[in-house]
Amino acid sequence: MPRRDDIHKILLIGSGPIVIGQAAEFDYSGTQACRVLQEEGYEVVLVNSNPATIMTDPGLASATYVEPLLPGPVTQVIERERPDALLGTLGGQTALNLAKALHENGTLKRYGVELIGADYEAIDRAEDRERFRDTMTAAGLRVPDSMVAHSVQDAQAAVARLGLPFIVRPAFTLGGTGGGVVRCRDELGTVVGRGLAASPINQVLLEESVLGWGEFELEVMRDHADNVVIVCSIENLDPMGVHTGDSVCVAPQQTLSDKQYQLLRDQAITAIRAVGVETGGSNVQFAVNRATEEVVVIEMNPRVSRSSALASKATGFPIAKIAARLAVGYTLQEIPNDITRATPASFEPAIDYCVVKWPRFAFEKFPGAEAGLTTHMKSVGEVMAIGRTFQQAFAKALRSRELDQAPEIPDADAELLDAVKQPGAERFDCLLEALGRSMPIEDLQRATDIDPWFLRELSDLVRRAGGLQSPFAGRRTFKSVDTCAAEFAAQTPYYYSSWERPAPVGPAHEVQRGDRPSVVILGSGPNRIGQGIEFDYCCVHAVQTVRESGRDAVMINCNPETVSTDYDVSDRLYFEPLTLDDVLAVCEVEQPEGVVVQFGGQTPLKLAAGLEAAGVRILGTGIEAIDLAEDRSRFGALLERLGYQAPPYATADSAEGAIACAQQVGFPLLVRPSYVLGGRAMEIVYSVDGLRDYLDRVGPRDGSVIYLDRFLEDSIEVDVDALCDGDQVWVAGIMQHVEEAGIHSGDSACVLPPHTLGEEMMAQIREETEGIARALGVVGLINVQFAIHAGGLYVIEANPRASRTVPFVSKSIGLPLAKLACRITLGERIGDLGLPEHTSNGHVCVKEAVMPFNRFAGADALLGPEMRSTGEVMGIAPDFPTAFAKAQAAAGAQLPASGTAFITVADRDKPAATGLATVLHDLGFRIIATGGTAQAIRKMGIPAEAINKIGEGSPHVVDWIERGDVDLVINTPVGTGARADGYEIRTAAIAHGIPCITTMAGGIAAARAISAARRGGPEAAELGAPVVSLQEIHESGHEIGAVGSPVV
Amino acid sequence: MTGAYVLLEDGTRFDGRSCAADAAAVGEIVFTTSMSGYQEAMTDPSYTGQLITFTFPMIGNYGVCTEAMESDRVHARAAIMRSGIDSEDSPGAERGWLSWLTDCGIPAIDGVDTRALVRHLRDQGAMRGGVFPERMPLDQAAELIAAEPHMHGCDLAADVTPTQTVVLEPTVSGPSVLEPTHPGLRIAMIDTGVKLSIVRNLRARGAVVELHPCSCSLENLLANQPDAVFLANGPGDPGALDYIVETVRGLIGKLPVYGICLGHQLLCRAVGLETYKLPFGHHGANHPVKDLPTGRVEITSQNHGFAVLGPDGSPTIDRDEPVRWETDFGAAELTHINLYDRTVEGLALKDVPGATVQYHPEAGPGPHDALHLFDRFVGEIRDAA
Repeated sequence: MPRRDDIHKILLIGSGPIVIGQAAEFDYSGTQACRVLQEEGYEVVLVNSNPATIMTDPGLASATYVEPLLPGPVTQVIERERPDALLGTLGGQTALNLAKALHENGTLKRYGVELIGADYEAIDRAEDRERFRDTMTAAGLRVPDSMVAHSVQDAQAAVARLGLPFIVRPAFTLGGTGGGVVRCRDELGTVVGRGLAASPINQVLLEESVLGWGEFELEVMRDHADNVVIVCSIENLDPMGVHTGDSVCVAPQQTLSDKQYQLLRDQAITAIRAVGVETGGSNVQFAVNRATEEVVVIEMNPRVSRSSALASKATGFPIAKIAARLAVGYTLQEIPNDITRATPASFEPAIDYCVVKWPRFAFEKFPGAEAGLTTHMKSVGEVMAIGRTFQQAFAKALRSRELDQAPEIPDADAELLDAVKQPGAERFDCLLEALGRSMPIEDLQRATDIDPWFLRELSDLVRRAGGLQSPFAGRRTFKSVDTCAAEFAAQTPYYYSSWERPAPVGPAHEVQRGDRPSVVILGSGPNRIGQGIEFDYCCVHAVQTVRESGRDAVMINCNPETVSTDYDVSDRLYFEPLTLDDVLAVCEVEQPEGVVVQFGGQTPLKLAAGLEAAGVRILGTGIEAIDLAEDRSRFGALLERLGYQAPPYATADSAEGAIACAQQVGFPLLVRPSYVLGGRAMEIVYSVDGLRDYLDRVGPRDGSVIYLDRFLEDSIEVDVDALCDGDQVWVAGIMQHVEEAGIHSGDSACVLPPHTLGEEMMAQIREETEGIARALGVVGLINVQFAIHAGGLYVIEANPRASRTVPFVSKSIGLPLAKLACRITLGERIGDLGLPEHTSNGHVCVKEAVMPFNRFAGADALLGPEMRSTGEVMGIAPDFPTAFAKAQAAAGAQLPASGTAFITVADRDKPAATGLATVLHDLGFRIIATGGTAQAIRKMGIPAEAINKIGEGSPHVVDWIERGDVDLVINTPVGTGARADGYEIRTAAIAHGIPCITTMAGGIAAARAISAARRGGPEAAELGAPVVSLQEIHESGHEIGAVGSPVV
Repeated sequence: MTGAYVLLEDGTRFDGRSCAADAAAVGEIVFTTSMSGYQEAMTDPSYTGQLITFTFPMIGNYGVCTEAMESDRVHARAAIMRSGIDSEDSPGAERGWLSWLTDCGIPAIDGVDTRALVRHLRDQGAMRGGVFPERMPLDQAAELIAAEPHMHGCDLAADVTPTQTVVLEPTVSGPSVLEPTHPGLRIAMIDTGVKLSIVRNLRARGAVVELHPCSCSLENLLANQPDAVFLANGPGDPGALDYIVETVRGLIGKLPVYGICLGHQLLCRAVGLETYKLPFGHHGANHPVKDLPTGRVEITSQNHGFAVLGPDGSPTIDRDEPVRWETDFGAAELTHINLYDRTVEGLALKDVPGATVQYHPEAGPGPHDALHLFDRFVGEIRDAA
């Protein structure tokens, strides 16, 4: 059947901010869907609150709404746009839940919007634990025995039936949020309680434990004619008990016999039919007991997922793209396999290589958090490696991870065995060490339940001569990912390196290079805190620009979640680790015109010097400028020469040196080690004692230095993104941070244009940005951070590369900054770009960071100089308070319109707090506060009820929060005591989903936002502020420098 | 481990390591893209006279076991791999893969850039070649290859057929959940090298299965009054099996005749259709085949080097339509088509009872999508009986 022509306009929902469990893979799937639906001639309306996505580029939809992913705003979009259909299976759990909510509240019916992909019944059958279980059982499949609990008491009763341990799975959460394992009765209350709180319907499933069984996933696709194919199987090295997102995985599965595999295949097909996903992709997870051959179905996602992105990259079968076509009526047979072009998509890829996926963790950023791996996902990114053998792929994945510091390996064998036994971030590093020390495989198998096949392969890997380098014997040869194990000629250029005996026939590499000049763009590797999807966004824009310039764009990256590793995006994709050696090997084959290093964050920048030394040309800002900006003393000298102020600073390579310098620089100090990204280990210290404590914990380590900067208290931070062609400078965006200085720029909300800076200050910021860019010799993008302190402007730092804020600025001003920068790196001048003098469009844009505290039980939910956010959202409105409120709502902290506000602040904030209390009181809030704060507020004549601090006994503040009697928490930190009241308060607020504001500036912005929202009345508050599309805001803007869709 | 090499008749040589029996093997070199089921492949009689290149890089991961045997012995002459693994760790493993091959006296080579080899075979077509120990001089290896007959015109069924008739009773358990509803159904099989999975599927559906030597006479075949005749899979060129084709011509119209793989080709030849050699054959577990009467696309197990020409004499059929041949026994209608290369995958005789498929509904190894075909065949036999 051909495409449906009874629908014309399709609403697509994205997945919102990057959070743990829902990352860039949904930009990849959503972007593919937008492109396909447009190609098919449909009008696409898109809603996504995340500006750092390719899918929200204006060319990919006829109307793009960067609005909160909540029923209210989306209902407004539906009312304005009147789409015929809603495709909700490509935006992760967020889109699925939203689609479900819009069905349940009658919105879809009211506006005649059809759910395509999976209908409501199918979504509910897969997502509701009880219905899923009944559906599977009715279809003859086994599921773990389980019971639904709505309370801790229910759970206590379950012990008799299920035994211990058992698994807790909250209903309707993503990435296993709030899930866990109850191993003994003592843990029951905590783990079940957390699960109930995490579930929007206060329901958890308690499940028979299959801990230690093998975990497998099958990616299934079905068309409306009921044809089903399995795209890929994925086997987890970590057995059941570790979330699949946190597991090291291999594709395809390696250890099941054909008979066992076909059984899983049959069951996966039965499952998708039983659930009734009519069209599209689903993911079915199984646990397999190898000894007894028992198989149980664990779960099924009736949508594209992280695993389907991995499967797509692992096989070359673009699941999301095909799912979008299936949703509009095509059958699998009618869709061509665009790798072979000669064969249809109704087939199962044959793989002649091995794929290994490794998670990337960030526990070092969350001191105090439980670092063990459970069914609750905690990794922040992942890498994928392709090799001809498991050992090649595994060793490549190891070097793709780009760890900031070497894993900690215990010396004693007993401790090492313990580290191997407990699933954790460094488990496999410890396992390799244990195998290297010749610990018996049988012991390690008992300790880990990891399949002995993997243990033997890993043992072989570490024990052979050459160790981790041993799989790389022979000649490096680039081979294609072709979906068919070379049975047919492949058209799509998607390559990986393999090491082989030289073959007597055929080319040395399968690369089809052509004659056009090529430019290599280096990607940003695994997502991590501090280097996320924003950089992939910039890389994709660079790729598009290189292609538009008539050159071949060559992408190198190892992150399977991203748009940049979609083989459709570049002319040639090399799925390779971003190490100097691997990049040079690609350059040898490509002989590129040059390499672009400024879009992928710190990762490519680190390679620039080595590339240049090897004779590879760096396009754009050169290594001299990079060094000038990064070397503190050289940069300090440059600022001095320019006559710009900077906070006093010093560097020290020893603890004594640091203490000596500290006196000269003056307290408070912002201290950090030199080698870090995302403010890793960055802290503010107020005294020599504080500094000593820091030095004891952090360093300096061998060969590194400690930076000490005077911290400018009570200052306003400003971020600037600008373009420079080496001579002329164009300031694209000036952003004012909402939180005061001391909060990492990546974690701070910011507003564009600045809401409180005067014209004179703006002019000075522009002038100094221009001066720095020119003095550094930047060719491309530069980001400068300033602090405004006591009326004076101070330069904090400059980064001569694309910054985290580039996508936000681009969406705010309606100009694609990264594309413009790439044109400059390819030789154009700013004068050639036709840039407008002013970028103002009458709207205020607010970026808000999204924090992962709910994933890290035990860590303090406090903002500070160390970046800890995983993603961002954007709010757009005609005024600052409304934009701020939208951003808060989009970030998951929808501000209350009324209720009770709890205020407790440090002494220095008390004057500001009384002002805030006055505003909230006038808005009708009931004010509660702890002793000192309450007294201060009452002095202003505002009624404030005093409640107990934790130490003062129950009912204390945490009890209030847990009872649900608090709607808004304003809490500024006093000191850094990890177990102080503030910590408990913030943790309780996060756990109960109550907005928790930890800075006075944030509190004041929130009060103004609440006031703005209240103006429209209660109904308006529910719908949220009026929605507006990017296309409407930038009516004329996107003509300049932008090209809507990529060259295909 | 000692060195070994693969030599092709065109002189191309790929180096690797010897990893099983230390001997030479020559024959036709083919490749399979199936990602599991290496033991099933090696013991499939259809691979007689062939050396199998596995495109999946790691072979042997879960060992070998009795259950996975598709016949009583290894039929392929050698295994060519990127990486051979001898692990016995899998709970189901009775022996390590390489140890087992060694025990069976079968040479194997690994460390070969199998993808480069497969690309060469894909472009040049399957060809004769061999696996040789490093110590064997190249010219001697080339002589052995030259002495090997071409697959075209080769009767290999005679090598794998049983010497006398074997009668197998129905089983209740089997790969199908169907209970035998018609015990007493009797199927005579012309055993040109039948896979055990085919036999298992028929027995599990309540049939007594007689396996006859492929040279058996019409009288012997019909002696026990079977309800239908099955033509088995098997190795070699269907064009070299005229003696079987003659027997089959005598059966058509008398009772239902079904064929799988080589059996499909033989039945087609018996009704007057032509077969031809494919460039490198179909060997794998992922080929999409469209069942034209139902419109369903099934993922199938494939293992054949020859195919049947379409009604207009063309090797491929452009449209998904039940085109017809005029045969010596009335009309035949296309029922199955390969969506990869649009070759004939199955047909039904319209004027006499009979139907065939080119692919392997019994899987072993491969997907179970087409197992229902046995239900259909057995159902038709039952209805006709």
